[in-house]
Amino acid sequence: MHLHKYEKIWLTFGFAALIIFLSVVGVSAFHQGHTPAGGLQKVDPDNLESTPPFDKPGVHEKEDGSYEVAVVAEAFGYTPGEIQVPAGEKVTFKVTSKDVTHSFSIVDTNVNMMVVPGQVNEKTHVFRDPGKYLIVCNEYCGSGHHFMSMEIEVVDQ
Amino acid sequence: MTAVSIPNPERKLALTNLGIAYTAFIIGTLCGLMQVFIRNDALQLPAWLDYYQILTAHGVLLALIFTTFFIFGFFQSGMSRTLGAFGPKVVFWNWVGLIITTTGTVMATVMIVSGEASVLYTFYAPMMANGFFYVGLALFVVGTWVQSFALAGHYLVWRKANKGEKSPLFAYMTVATIILWIIACLGVVATVLFQFIPWAFGWKEGINVELSRSLFWYFGHPLVYFWLLPAYIGWYVIVPKIIGGKVFSDSLARLSFILFILFSIPVGFHHQLTEPGIASFWKFLQTVLTFMVIVPSLMTAFSMFAVFETRGRELGGKGLFGWFRKLPWKDVRFTSIFIAMLFFIPGGAGGIINASFQMNEVIHNTLWVVGHFHITVGTPVAMTFFGITFWLIPFLTKRVFTKALQRLALIQIITWSIGMVLMSTAQHVLGLFGAPRRTAYTGYQHEDALAWFEGIISNHVTMAVGGSILFLSASLLIFIVVQLAWFAPMAESATQETFPIAESDARETPGILENWTVWIGVALVLIAVAYTIPVADMIQHAPPGSDGFRTW
Repeated sequence: MHLHKYEKIWLTFGFAALIIFLSVVGVSAFHQGHTPAGGLQKVDPDNLESTPPFDKPGVHEKEDGSYEVAVVAEAFGYTPGEIQVPAGEKVTFKVTSKDVTHSFSIVDTNVNMMVVPGQVNEKTHVFRDPGKYLIVCNEYCGSGHHFMSMEIEVVDQ
Repeated sequence: MTAVSIPNPERKLALTNLGIAYTAFIIGTLCGLMQVFIRNDALQLPAWLDYYQILTAHGVLLALIFTTFFIFGFFQSGMSRTLGAFGPKVVFWNWVGLIITTTGTVMATVMIVSGEASVLYTFYAPMMANGFFYVGLALFVVGTWVQSFALAGHYLVWRKANKGEKSPLFAYMTVATIILWIIACLGVVATVLFQFIPWAFGWKEGINVELSRSLFWYFGHPLVYFWLLPAYIGWYVIVPKIIGGKVFSDSLARLSFILFILFSIPVGFHHQLTEPGIASFWKFLQTVLTFMVIVPSLMTAFSMFAVFETRGRELGGKGLFGWFRKLPWKDVRFTSIFIAMLFFIPGGAGGIINASFQMNEVIHNTLWVVGHFHITVGTPVAMTFFGITFWLIPFLTKRVFTKALQRLALIQIITWSIGMVLMSTAQHVLGLFGAPRRTAYTGYQHEDALAWFEGIISNHVTMAVGGSILFLSASLLIFIVVQLAWFAPMAESATQETFPIAESDARETPGILENWTVWIGVALVLIAVAYTIPVADMIQHAPPGSDGFRTW
């Protein structure tokens, strides 16, 4: 099969760029821990009231000084209805759904999590700036989908 | 091979497919027009009509129905043009397939219109539509399979009669696209037949949501290549002929199609990067496989511009870029496709961003994604289809694509481009600011959300202006289609529109490229590597099944 000289140069360049690019993404993901939201824990969506941490939705300070926020999504809102976390601390969101698939996405941050019934999604984030952040559901969940939102307040310590 | 036309049975088949495609197109674009106005609060729907119903119709009609029917009409005419007339069995089974596909389409559409299936075209569980919506989807896919097998049968007959010869490039690429489609559909067929239908009719309780999502995206990503590859056929095989050139390299063209089969399927997890239930390792592995399609994409870009430059120099273009001005810009059959290619440059770059693992979190399910697929399927694919329509319909109806209609066609593609630049730029930027996709009027009371109505580019109003121009352009296209189908003057033999097929030198092309068993085998191995363990894990460690919900 004949390859034109310029095409060889073009493809070699493309291939090299690809390898460098994927290496950067891979190192960032697995060496520095920058993976997108995820998690392998399962729950019974009909029985969240007695499944920790969703039996007590809200903000919990952990022993190591970091924070965990348990959130239950259902059409068309979130429990708890208010969240307040400190700036500059590690905050781990744990989210699941009581009914259909939703999302828990905090505008102006990289927290953008799918909320799938039966599954627990996790993401750790540090808020640098205090203020009120908008949380929206960005996965279609029904006729009230565009009303499904709330605010999270980040306060100075 | 130089036939002025193709036999009547194929003409009727192809025209029926194209007719349904363009009917879906105009209704679908009208839905789109309503959406952009609802999103900036300029339009209130009557109580019996819901935003999400319109959104579902827009997605299904344009992304599934318009594309699929158009593609089969294009394939049927091209296969007859390059491999010779269809036998009676091929014609019969193509009709059977077409009728099944149409029946499925009608069923699903009735369910959507009657509000029984406002689940969007991704129909994510555990939202539960009327069971007949899923039956409609299944019939749609089965119908396309029947048409696919009929075309594959025609190809096999040709190969038997022409032992040892390489098939014409058009037929080769059609078969590659069909193989991709059939392997891809296995995922959606599995989830619809074994998960959704028994669950929606109440024969089985509970659904494994994560499994259904994964099976959907196993199908959902190659689906976009099923749209793209027929456009690539236009780029590789038809455009060179229109500008008077030849295919740059037969073997590389075939190799790129093989690479698309291999690397467009085992990659669905890159649509699921921000969700639980899939370990990071598997998400990353599929990310790597996703990026392999960059190789055939670069090959295609190289081939196209090589053809353009070679031809431009033949026409007397001098200097580094002199050839560029020599290209036949007044020929809308060429200009439309050239603009389509230009749109694919930012479209492809955006795709790389979307699939980039952690970077996906920035844009996942924001308006950015909507902007992205409007400058991939919505322009490179759709506008290539427009460019093909301009000669394919008069070729089939034996009418003339008159000078006046050609001028209108140029206006049509220019307005489509302007509308799309406005709309998709606004969508991309709004997405970066966090505006969600798939929402009706987003009246969130927060300064970040209020800003989505304030910028110049990043504004829902800009999006609506673009959308309105697009709808005008779509109406113009329908006018041209109707003229070409029924009203343009009949052609004399000298003015008869031809089906352009460029010469492609296959003498040096390795025979292994047409050994489908090998490539299907490699594709299945890659799929097994990418999917077996994570899918087995989803089944073994499944949470209790979800009940169905009707939240609309």
